[in-house]
Amino acid sequence: MHGLYAIYRKEMGHYFVSPIAYIFIGLFLVLSAFFFNLILTAVIKESFQMEMQSMQMGAPPNFDAPAEIMRAFFGLLSTLVLFFTPILTMSIYAEERKRGTMELLMTSPISEFDIVLGKFLASLSLFAIMLLPTAAYMIFMVLRSEPMMPWRMLLAGYAGILLLGGSLLALGSFVSSLTENQLIAAVITFSASLFIWVIDAVGRDSGSSAGAVLQYLSVIRHYEDFTRGVIDTSSLIYYFSFIVLFVFLTVRSVDSMRWRRA
Amino acid sequence: MIEVQDLTKSYGDVKAVDDISFTVNKGEILGFLGPNGAGKTTTMRILTGYMPATSGTARVAGFDVFRDSMEVRRRIGYLPETPPVYPDMTVEAYLDFVARIKNVPAERRSARIDDALAKTNLEDRRSELIKRLSRGYKQRVGIAQALVHDPDVIILDEPTVGLDPKQIIEVRNLIKGLAGNHTIILSTHILPEVSMTCDRVVIINKGKVAAVDTPQNLTSQLKGGQKIKIEVEAPERRLREVLAQVPGAGRVEIDPERAGERLMVVVEASQGNDIRSEIAAKIVENGWRLFELRGVSLSLEDIFLELTTDDATHAQSSS
Repeated sequence: MHGLYAIYRKEMGHYFVSPIAYIFIGLFLVLSAFFFNLILTAVIKESFQMEMQSMQMGAPPNFDAPAEIMRAFFGLLSTLVLFFTPILTMSIYAEERKRGTMELLMTSPISEFDIVLGKFLASLSLFAIMLLPTAAYMIFMVLRSEPMMPWRMLLAGYAGILLLGGSLLALGSFVSSLTENQLIAAVITFSASLFIWVIDAVGRDSGSSAGAVLQYLSVIRHYEDFTRGVIDTSSLIYYFSFIVLFVFLTVRSVDSMRWRRA
Repeated sequence: MIEVQDLTKSYGDVKAVDDISFTVNKGEILGFLGPNGAGKTTTMRILTGYMPATSGTARVAGFDVFRDSMEVRRRIGYLPETPPVYPDMTVEAYLDFVARIKNVPAERRSARIDDALAKTNLEDRRSELIKRLSRGYKQRVGIAQALVHDPDVIILDEPTVGLDPKQIIEVRNLIKGLAGNHTIILSTHILPEVSMTCDRVVIINKGKVAAVDTPQNLTSQLKGGQKIKIEVEAPERRLREVLAQVPGAGRVEIDPERAGERLMVVVEASQGNDIRSEIAAKIVENGWRLFELRGVSLSLEDIFLELTTDDATHAQSSS
């Protein structure tokens, strides 16, 4: 346990002493603010149109603007995550191997599990900190909507994005443990993430039972429930198994470095 | 303290370490001497638990390096070939991190860090970022890192590489100072380093142990013979004949580039025979002009080359 904490502390220090954390947080904030603004304008315009229509027809408006904004915004966040996580994870092991510090870690009385989980939790923490400023817009959405939007939607959205991000970070860590080259790690992680993203579309068209399986395997399919404010157990199980699987694979891969020619 | 038995490490068909055995006693400094690629680093990596051996056993303080890896790792401080430092950390933060992963209890941590900084003369650099340090200082940080948890065994892979002569002397003194309380293995391909710091030497070549002894014994006993250097004006063929008649004289080498003028000759004398006066007498007898005649004892360097040069190439050069 002391080893896990020491690794976690070191990784967080590394993010925040170097410009890494600030660049990530800053860029993520700028992009998410820009898109939030875009979504806000578009949805408000749409809601005015709906109101006009309903006034002409004489029927009550059937348009939940705040929920619409939230869903669009979390959808957008997931796309940003797809681009940000490979960059966040590409150096996680590659850099240690290149610098020779992996040799220090692996000859210290700490387990591979401590190393892997410490690093994973640190990357997840940076990811959570990166998301934190966006909560300001969302809290504003909840408080200023009329009638007040349920908090549950907000919490489900963030739970979803953390699980989605955690899954991609676990995948990225594993890829980084396989290669010394950071660029290769980033490209493979991005491609693999994209693949399990679009696997959903393949499944949707086929309609067979194989298609259903493919749909279940897609990371984004499960995320959609969360953005609607629904926390589904099967989705929770999906994300947790995904993370556990890749953390386990990373532990095995780090352990196997001992057997490969260094 | 350290027992290595029939240790072998293969990478595919290549044997990096081939059936080596040696022991290191408590408090001793053992030098690991060999040309680059002889298997020094591989042996050290096996001892530190970084990689498993293909066969054979290695024990540190009674614990098997593979089966009781954690127990072994607790007791070892290790400086790999390149100092394993994080450039973005300060020296102090780095040592604090290493102390934590080496399981140094919180209450002893700052005292241990101060001690390691003092021993490596880094006190005035403690708040500096490692990336701002010179090569020599980085190397010292690497050594400090190996000492921070006060391990029983310290393994240093080429600890003086990249240091200037003054720093090399400092590091050697530091290593000598550590002996007694710690058991030390250091590797090097620099010969004087071994005679200056080590109690015993393992000469390793192509993965095999070529010799194990004290530096003194290696110089005096293993190749106790002498070489005699002669500078003389004489006809080459005749000189060879005359020298061959001197009892106790061995191989005669004449620098071919200087043939015709004064000859530079090296005569190997067999063990225990001082043949200098006899050679001098023979030269005078023939009426040749003698300019220099002196005995040279074989240095560790010669022994090293002798032991690590292929038999094939050796036979070629002597024929």
